[in-house]
Amino acid sequence: MTGSDSAASGHDRWLYLFIAWVVAVAASLGALFIGEVVGQAPCSLCWHQRAFMFPLAILLAVASFRGDTGAWLYALPLAAIGMAIAGFHSLLYAGFIPEGIQPCSQGPSCASADMTILGVLPLPYLSLAAFLAIAVALIGSRPKAAL
Amino acid sequence: MNRRAIVVLTGVSALALFSGATVFHQNEQAKRARAIAASRTEALVRDHSPIIGPASASVTIVEFFDPSCEACRAFYPPLKQILALFPNEARLVIRYAAFHEGSDQAVKILEAARLQGKFEPVLAALLEFQPEWADHDKPDLEKAWARAKDAGLDIERGKRDAARPEFQTTLEKDAVDVKALEVTRTPTFFVNGQPLTEFGPRPLYEMVKREVEKAPK
Repeated sequence: MTGSDSAASGHDRWLYLFIAWVVAVAASLGALFIGEVVGQAPCSLCWHQRAFMFPLAILLAVASFRGDTGAWLYALPLAAIGMAIAGFHSLLYAGFIPEGIQPCSQGPSCASADMTILGVLPLPYLSLAAFLAIAVALIGSRPKAAL
Repeated sequence: MNRRAIVVLTGVSALALFSGATVFHQNEQAKRARAIAASRTEALVRDHSPIIGPASASVTIVEFFDPSCEACRAFYPPLKQILALFPNEARLVIRYAAFHEGSDQAVKILEAARLQGKFEPVLAALLEFQPEWADHDKPDLEKAWARAKDAGLDIERGKRDAARPEFQTTLEKDAVDVKALEVTRTPTFFVNGQPLTEFGPRPLYEMVKREVEKAPK
């Protein structure tokens, strides 16, 4: 491998890291907007996805700023677990998994039809897409030595 | 441009976009709230509602109120202050939004107190001691009655009155207007027919003051 090659691919790796961060920021602020500004209360599964998305927005900000492509190792487990929860939520939303009957006082239902933004885009699918995009971008950001 | 600058700029732009969207959304909500209130003015003030303050007041504050609601309790002292600042110019119309379990029973205590001319002292007592009776899962209405008694209510008579069908009718009529005006939180305020779009005692005061100054002397 020549020096110029590794410099170019180093730039690409940073770009992947940066993209992963941008997706995490967009997803985090989007979730905050829907929850805090629009006032749609998050269901319990949404809370668990938030718990994995919010740290990604911070962690990847520091990593992008420092150009630390080794961060994928720390960020990928967060993205993977988030993806698993979002995947479960999506199946629940799509009706493939039945939702247990819950008393009314326990907050909004995770499978209810109003889990959408702008009335059309279902939030569980958006969340799954965001975690997936972050995971793919993180894998793309791995330094060659780690392959 | 170097990477660090890109990261900082992206972060700042994301926050700016978020703030912009927030302001935009709030403006749209305020516009909508004003339009709803303007198209349904008749739903704001009904003849059956309790009123605090002079009938000749030029400014009418309408409060959609829930006796079990903590925010209504927190709002009560500043609200009294605002009314005290404009004793001849402002009055308060109380509409019931019994959102919590037991709220409807508490409203009936207030209505019973109104029949005995004890509305204000009983209202003050229920709010002051709200933490001991208004648990949202397990309200203890007996404690509320006891506090009403301490405030001067004849509770033997009050409990008989609480069964009156017109109290239930009042609750139901108010619930219809709560729906019509799309009131989802308590307290929700309207001043001379316009919704209070920025929540808080200070914005309410400013709005009442503006309306008082607008009114012909």
